[in-house]
Amino acid sequence: MSEAAGWVFIIIGITFDLVGCIGLVRLPDIYNRLQAATKCVTLGTCMILLSVFFFVGLNSVGVKALLCIWFVLITSPTSAHAIARAAHRSGIRLWVGSVMDKYADDKEGTEDTA
Amino acid sequence: MTVILVLLLLCIFCCLYRVGKGPTAPDRTVAIDILGTLVVGFCAVYSIITKKDLYMNIAISWALVSFIGTLALAKYLEGRSFDE
Repeated sequence: MSEAAGWVFIIIGITFDLVGCIGLVRLPDIYNRLQAATKCVTLGTCMILLSVFFFVGLNSVGVKALLCIWFVLITSPTSAHAIARAAHRSGIRLWVGSVMDKYADDKEGTEDTA
Repeated sequence: MTVILVLLLLCIFCCLYRVGKGPTAPDRTVAIDILGTLVVGFCAVYSIITKKDLYMNIAISWALVSFIGTLALAKYLEGRSFDE
């Protein structure tokens, strides 16, 4: 029972990892790539770690896997936000097909003095 | 389990392609960040196979160190120092 749940989660996780990496290769600019890659790989790796918990049960490996899920869930969106902000501030243009750029509109009125 | 490891290696090679080709520096930073997350998943699958907690220790420390490295690269790209 528990092993079957582990297989289900590990298949979901590896599917998300593959879709995220295909997005990382195929999408046109840095912001699109960041969106696809970060969402899919966070969910994919968290599902793989959860499947570790279902495979081995509640021992030292499983508890460390749950701890690692917590770390990945905290750190991955933070680093994605930092990269997106850094890319926008270092002047990388959006893809020509992009329809709006709210962050540039927001920055116009409140340009900081850094 | 071997199939899962091979598929993860395929993902890692996709990331390495983006590290090599990526036209701008943030592209390479994103690819390195995702590469770190994939290595965490690889260590997790390997700990299922061997049932040892050594590999989960590697996964946790890899996740934290890769987070700090990505933040440092993002701050560097932004052109700021670390205490701002």
